[in-house]
Amino acid sequence: MREKHLLGLKDYPAVDIQTIIDTAFSFKEVLERPIKKVPSLNGKTIVNLFFENSTRTRISFELAQKRLSADTVNFSASTSSLKKGESFKDTAQNLEAMKIDAVVMRHPSPGASLHLTKHIDSIVINAGDGSHEHPTQAILDMTSLYEKFGYLKGLKVAIIGDISHSRVALSNIYGLKTMGAQIVLCGPSTLIPKYAEDLGVKVNYNLDEVIEWADALNVLRIQRERMVGGLLPSIREYRTLFGISTERLSKHNKELVIMHPGPINRGVEIDSAVADSDQAIILDQVLNGVASRMAILYLLLGGKREEGKK
Amino acid sequence: MNISKLKKQVILKGGTILDPARLTKNKSDILLENGKIQVIGKIKESKSAQIVDCKGLVITHGFCDIHVHFREPGREDKETLESGSMAALAGGFTRVCVMPNTNPPIDSPEAVRYIIDRADECPVHIHPIGAITKGQEGKELTEMGAMLAEGAVAFSDDGLPVTNSSMMRNALVYATMFDIPIINHAEDLCLKQDGVMHEGVVSTNLGLPSSPDITESNMVHRDLALTNLTGGMLHVPHVSSSKSVEHIRISKKYNKKVTAEVTPHHLFFTDDDLVNFDTNLKVAPPIRNKEDQKALIKGVKEGVFDCIATDHAPHTIEEKEATFDLAPFGMIGLESCFGAVNKVMVVENKMDLLSLIQMLTIKPRSIMGFDNELLDIGAEAELTIFNPKEEWIFSKKNIHSRSKNSPFIGKKMVGRIKYAIAKGHLSVI
Repeated sequence: MREKHLLGLKDYPAVDIQTIIDTAFSFKEVLERPIKKVPSLNGKTIVNLFFENSTRTRISFELAQKRLSADTVNFSASTSSLKKGESFKDTAQNLEAMKIDAVVMRHPSPGASLHLTKHIDSIVINAGDGSHEHPTQAILDMTSLYEKFGYLKGLKVAIIGDISHSRVALSNIYGLKTMGAQIVLCGPSTLIPKYAEDLGVKVNYNLDEVIEWADALNVLRIQRERMVGGLLPSIREYRTLFGISTERLSKHNKELVIMHPGPINRGVEIDSAVADSDQAIILDQVLNGVASRMAILYLLLGGKREEGKK
Repeated sequence: MNISKLKKQVILKGGTILDPARLTKNKSDILLENGKIQVIGKIKESKSAQIVDCKGLVITHGFCDIHVHFREPGREDKETLESGSMAALAGGFTRVCVMPNTNPPIDSPEAVRYIIDRADECPVHIHPIGAITKGQEGKELTEMGAMLAEGAVAFSDDGLPVTNSSMMRNALVYATMFDIPIINHAEDLCLKQDGVMHEGVVSTNLGLPSSPDITESNMVHRDLALTNLTGGMLHVPHVSSSKSVEHIRISKKYNKKVTAEVTPHHLFFTDDDLVNFDTNLKVAPPIRNKEDQKALIKGVKEGVFDCIATDHAPHTIEEKEATFDLAPFGMIGLESCFGAVNKVMVVENKMDLLSLIQMLTIKPRSIMGFDNELLDIGAEAELTIFNPKEEWIFSKKNIHSRSKNSPFIGKKMVGRIKYAIAKGHLSVI
């Protein structure tokens, strides 16, 4: 691996993304065994530092760490308690003083994981920093797409929903672009950044056209608080224009892979029937999440880094 | 930096005098006697006189910055009038105007008096700018007449805009009685929302909440229109966008009561510099894109701007070590000002040095009604002496402010302040 940390997928080397995906498949085999544990990171200590609520990402990381025989410590705190007393820097330095090898961090501020690298020497893995990046989610999404299609180059991926506030979207855009996929963003114009097309993607507000075009849809969670600032008039209108419903899909006679990073708002951005259908690979994503995170941890903590590492 | 009382006789020897008032450039010595300019010409060295070697250096009026934050009273951990004065001298500034967004704000004649009294002990000339509205709340005008009588030189709610257009109109009208400028921090807070940087490709890449250029230029346009309506005097601070430059350019063609300033950081940096989430580059209004930067530079060359002002805004390391979204807005700028603007404007954009010096001396002084006869015989010495060619790297040790929040650290500068003379003292930088 060329980079010491995994902070984001912007400018992350394609060859390293491919290595992670390939390694994830090896670990997926491990996860199918009766004994799902390997000694790869025996003796390594990893801290899961979560400043924001998370169930699945934290459990996914924790399982990945346990399967690799690493020692793990979980630290959950609201940023409000951080504001009151101990600073971000003190928390980080205290952790490092306890001789750890890596920190997996989720934080509500964009750039927080890069910020952490300035205060500690340990390896930092970004588990989501505000509306900036969520690289491990994008890697597990790409692993899932690769598993399904066998290729990423030229693959047509549509990302549906609230792009403006989505770290999942941004990391997917960077990762998929690097791997040669084509990307269309689809959602309410108020939730797509004005400069989105400068990221090398296309924007289309017509969901039916997007469905006709796409090989896969990555459906994002829509949050009710978006209605407050005038970004969305109602959930009803959102469903009408952008909801992935059985009726809408049945209008299009084509095979389509449906993804969702979770947690799902059933009946809001996606119908239950669609989420539970055969074309949805949402639960495969969850398992691939553990395998991909095992691959990332193994390659960053256990594997040898290439010459010219940063 | 070393500050000492001027000796009875001081000879500034062998320098080039650049006079921004008379537009002249002469090689000449200056004799100061009892802190006043006694002779300009060829002066013989005498044993008793203190000699300041100015060979290869330029002597000019002391620089004047009409937009600084010295945080006193209330946040003396960030800066005081005393520590701010040191930062000013290090940057060649002998005179500054301090903004009133202190805690409590400078919004009463008593508060103005407090600054005036405290400033008396400081080694640079410090003039308070009073708040436009009580408590900077935008609801009631301050007692401008009484504050002027105590020594205020202008009015501003800087840090916050006067959002209510009617209040802004009243402020401009009221100030016409005293013929002093109203300075409005132009940002439409509704459009800005939680924006922490300029909206563009970079903010999209970084996932940071952002605000577009018209957040500023719409309010600048409103203020210009209100100035035309009222006949008031408007000074537009820290202009950041090309659209604002155009609005000001057009207004200035027919309204002589409009002036504008630009900061070194808006001339020096672009939003591309924010890719590493450097909180020292988090300022309000934000650093904008290359096109805006170009328009600002063009605006300086074409005289749309009257002056350079640093918006020196100290913040503690602790506050600036927060993540980008939570860190406060503002950077210090006094010490790095000349090396930065001289590099951008004179070296890279071929502006003549004298025009730049005017923007640091007579032009800002005129806005505030200060006299401009600094090189007259008998004038109290208020001079800045610099090397226009010296190339150097700005570093932490060049900072004399109590705060260190400068994105100029590690940047190459051209032009370096060597001496500043003010209030009977010689500072060796």
